[in-house]
Amino acid sequence: MVGQSPFRRVRAVLRAVFCAVLGAATVTAAGAAPERVVSLNLCTDQLAMLLAAPGQLVSVSFLAQDPMNSAMADAARAFPANRGQAEEVFLMKPDLVLAGTYTSRAAVSMLRRLGIEVVEFPPERSLDDVRRHLRLMGQVLGQQARAEAMIADYDTRLAALRADPAHRPRAALYSANGYTTGGNTLSGEILAAAGFDNIAAEAGVPAGGALPLEVLVMLRPDLVITGARYPGASRSEALLDHPALAPLLAAVPDAPATNADWVCGTPYVLRAIEGLVAARKALEDGR
Amino acid sequence: MRYGTLIAGLGALVLVLFAASLLIGPAALGLGDSLGALFAGRGEAAVLVMREIRLPRALLGVMLGASLGLSGAAMQGYLRNPLAEPGLIGVSSSAALGAVLALQTGLAASFALALPLMALAGAVLSVLLLLLLAGPRGSSLTLILAGIALSAFAGALTSLVLNLSPNPYAAAEIIFWMLGSLGDRSFTHVWLALPFMALGWVLLATLGRGLDALTLGEDAAAALGIRLARLRLVLILGVAACVGAGVAVAGAVGFVGLVVPHLLRPLVGARPGRLLPASALGGAAMLLAADIAVRVIAPGRDLKLGVLTALVGAPLFLHLIYKTRREGL
Repeated sequence: MVGQSPFRRVRAVLRAVFCAVLGAATVTAAGAAPERVVSLNLCTDQLAMLLAAPGQLVSVSFLAQDPMNSAMADAARAFPANRGQAEEVFLMKPDLVLAGTYTSRAAVSMLRRLGIEVVEFPPERSLDDVRRHLRLMGQVLGQQARAEAMIADYDTRLAALRADPAHRPRAALYSANGYTTGGNTLSGEILAAAGFDNIAAEAGVPAGGALPLEVLVMLRPDLVITGARYPGASRSEALLDHPALAPLLAAVPDAPATNADWVCGTPYVLRAIEGLVAARKALEDGR
Repeated sequence: MRYGTLIAGLGALVLVLFAASLLIGPAALGLGDSLGALFAGRGEAAVLVMREIRLPRALLGVMLGASLGLSGAAMQGYLRNPLAEPGLIGVSSSAALGAVLALQTGLAASFALALPLMALAGAVLSVLLLLLLAGPRGSSLTLILAGIALSAFAGALTSLVLNLSPNPYAAAEIIFWMLGSLGDRSFTHVWLALPFMALGWVLLATLGRGLDALTLGEDAAAALGIRLARLRLVLILGVAACVGAGVAVAGAVGFVGLVVPHLLRPLVGARPGRLLPASALGGAAMLLAADIAVRVIAPGRDLKLGVLTALVGAPLFLHLIYKTRREGL
């Protein structure tokens, strides 16, 4: 894919992405700042909205306007939404397209064939990725100064929030279909940063997987963090109403749910950590 | 084999499988802990597992299996056709459509009984349509053709409703409504289904004498004092109540109503009246066995019940078709 592209800048930026992902110290941004940027991915949408200069970002994905998944749904309504179709994106005449490594594969390769520069961001898997991606987005958009300021702010606030209490309560991330999330994920790091031990480790789930309700009940976590509920009904979510889960959920009545702040690696993860820290303090007080 | 011995044997089998269903699960509780939690309430977490997770699941297995076995036996007796089965001829998928509509329109959230009632309505409509299309004698060809059409139609509408749902998980649940599962069901579901199923059992149990008489032909049955119109109505309501309530809480599990009556028919001297209780017990045993198997084969992956019942049922179905063709029916 990369080798076939006749555009040098594409290669340069892709190399920049590659280096940044590998954590290389210095990366040189290629060329001048892009003027018409279209983002196709929920997470690049939010990073771009945080860093782009007024008028620089032309369109974000429709998901960015959904408050269930996007921490910046209100801000996203100011932009025309796209559904990641190559045709509609091409007609927006972008000089740079931002995509996730798993978003709209067909559209991305089509846009590349049409000679449009596409930068792909892998999903954020850790709190460190937030910093890395802010820096990368700053370079790609030519907004390095703004990115560095945001990273400094993020680091300060994260350091202030990061807790290592003597007693770490045991928490479970439990969402629809009994899916639990382990430590080697963004959600897992959010949980750990707030001073919780993740029950997934005891159940032998390193990243993510189904945890039978029986096993969860036997492990007896101090806190169960469920996912925010979608409209409409589903059997997958009905599991969270199971009577066997009720005593665990009742332990911390206003426990936070995994919401839009948890989905993407943006500075909004700090808000998720804040909510968890408050829940941990409520647990300590109730003890 | 004597009839009494057969019923006692099947009853014992259901009891053994019920106990096994209670004792098998991902939480790896010991025998003593399980029984202590279930009967004496020892161990807070273990009590939750035994009383709130495993007991309702095992009870639903018995209830659903008995309902499906009974419905299959009754329909086969009435239509005098061994291919009549709620899953095959579209009754289950129509009930699933009713249930999905109740859930997705929010009706079930505001009024809990709407779920089984809507599924029951779907089942009633489909049985009525089938009897209309296939006629009272239910020749194999018309019955199966009408069943396929109904199944496909109800299945397509179910998929459509789930695809249009605002809930991102709903579309993935098409497979649950088609294949059925008892995973993570609770007493809420037991209490929702039980009244309707019990009604269905009572209605179908009264049909024994009428179905026996029907084996002599409709005229002879009428001469024996069987009121055919009434028998037909009771059958429709009984099957709809059983299948509707079952599908509403556990999805459409196929083939139980086909396999069980077929296996047991020679053992009861081919008398439809005697086949009814035997099939109910046999269906409960088959469903419990299938539900244990899904937990043993793929623990934690919610393998669907219909997968296992179809693995056993489909070859038998082919055998039945082969036999039917050979006999030139």
